[in-house]
Amino acid sequence: PRVPAVLKKRLVKLVVNFLFYFRTDEAEPIGALLLEHCRITKEEENVFSISFIEEPERKYCFECATEEQCQEWVEALRRASYEFLRRSLIFYRNEIQKMTGKDPLEQYGISEEARFQLGAHRQ
Amino acid sequence: MKLNERSVAHYATCDSPADHAGFLRKRVERHHHHAHHHGTSYQRRWFVLKGNLLFYFEERESREPVGLVVLEGCTVELCEAAEEFAFAIRFDDAGARAYVLVADGQAAMEAWVKALSRASFDYMRLVVRELEKQLEEACKSLAACRGSPQRSSSSGRKRHLSNPALLPLQGKPTTLENGYSTWGSGGCVAGGATCSDYDGGQMKPPPLPPRRRSGAGGTTGSPAPGLSPTMLESPVSPETICFSKLHNWYGQEIAVLRRQWQERQERQKRGHP
Repeated sequence: PRVPAVLKKRLVKLVVNFLFYFRTDEAEPIGALLLEHCRITKEEENVFSISFIEEPERKYCFECATEEQCQEWVEALRRASYEFLRRSLIFYRNEIQKMTGKDPLEQYGISEEARFQLGAHRQ
Repeated sequence: MKLNERSVAHYATCDSPADHAGFLRKRVERHHHHAHHHGTSYQRRWFVLKGNLLFYFEERESREPVGLVVLEGCTVELCEAAEEFAFAIRFDDAGARAYVLVADGQAAMEAWVKALSRASFDYMRLVVRELEKQLEEACKSLAACRGSPQRSSSSGRKRHLSNPALLPLQGKPTTLENGYSTWGSGGCVAGGATCSDYDGGQMKPPPLPPRRRSGAGGTTGSPAPGLSPTMLESPVSPETICFSKLHNWYGQEIAVLRRQWQERQERQKRGHP
């Protein structure tokens, strides 16, 4: 995906909840974005943007080679935050508990942790 | 290396609940060129764990962290330091420096070690994937028992399994993306889809973050499920450099995902002949 506005071509890698970007022929990244509390927006064709909660007007725009790639990126990035994983975990746990009556986290020994509680004020 | 520092600092200091917080003494690592090391010193810092990120502040009330440790590719272990209640965060990458931290007491030390050793993104992802499978199995056995597609009692709303969008669990209308829109609402919302909609007994689990798809520069336009060949040819492990650079920001080193990355690549090579 490329970063337009000055349309710079970049290699972009998603590693856990960080999006690293490189100049295409370099091994070291020139920058990274932490993907927490952010919004991924599908813009016009082939383009998506990332913006952050405390600065919603500022958009990091990315132009992909194809619309299909763009959709893949949007999906991948929306799931890339730790907070998303946490919410998924709480959701699955709750569903399994409702269906089977058992808490699936007990086997991991983490059922008591506050961060996995259903009522927790999580983002 | 650039980082969206303002957003990172905001995430560190915003009132989303921390997974763990407290004072710890951090050993000061001095990069001496001298042969002798004149004693070790420690600095008391306020530590805040959010997700896979361990922030530390000069003071509890500081508005910006002075450091950040990304807890990927690391182990947390008790260490034999002259100090009591000491533990260390060590990285798989031998070149990355370790962090030696000292807690106030036995209970505090144990709580920190427990919290930190389960903090990685990879660990969460593992657990989520496991639960996803369990839910799928539970749905299947339920469908088999009932013999026909039914809505589960979890909600009266028809939901499509193939819909990867985030859905509100308790009827809240907000949509979520990476925790953006529900800021301050405090409700529990769901990620992924439920299995309420059997759709003829078929069930598709919601897709999880595609670990493989780091977007190798978009060199090919095809939506191949595996890696494009050019990505596998990359001579350097990406995370070593990525996270080293991140660590240098704020003057700290960052964990490396090297082994896991390579393991993943190995699995892909095996899985995609």
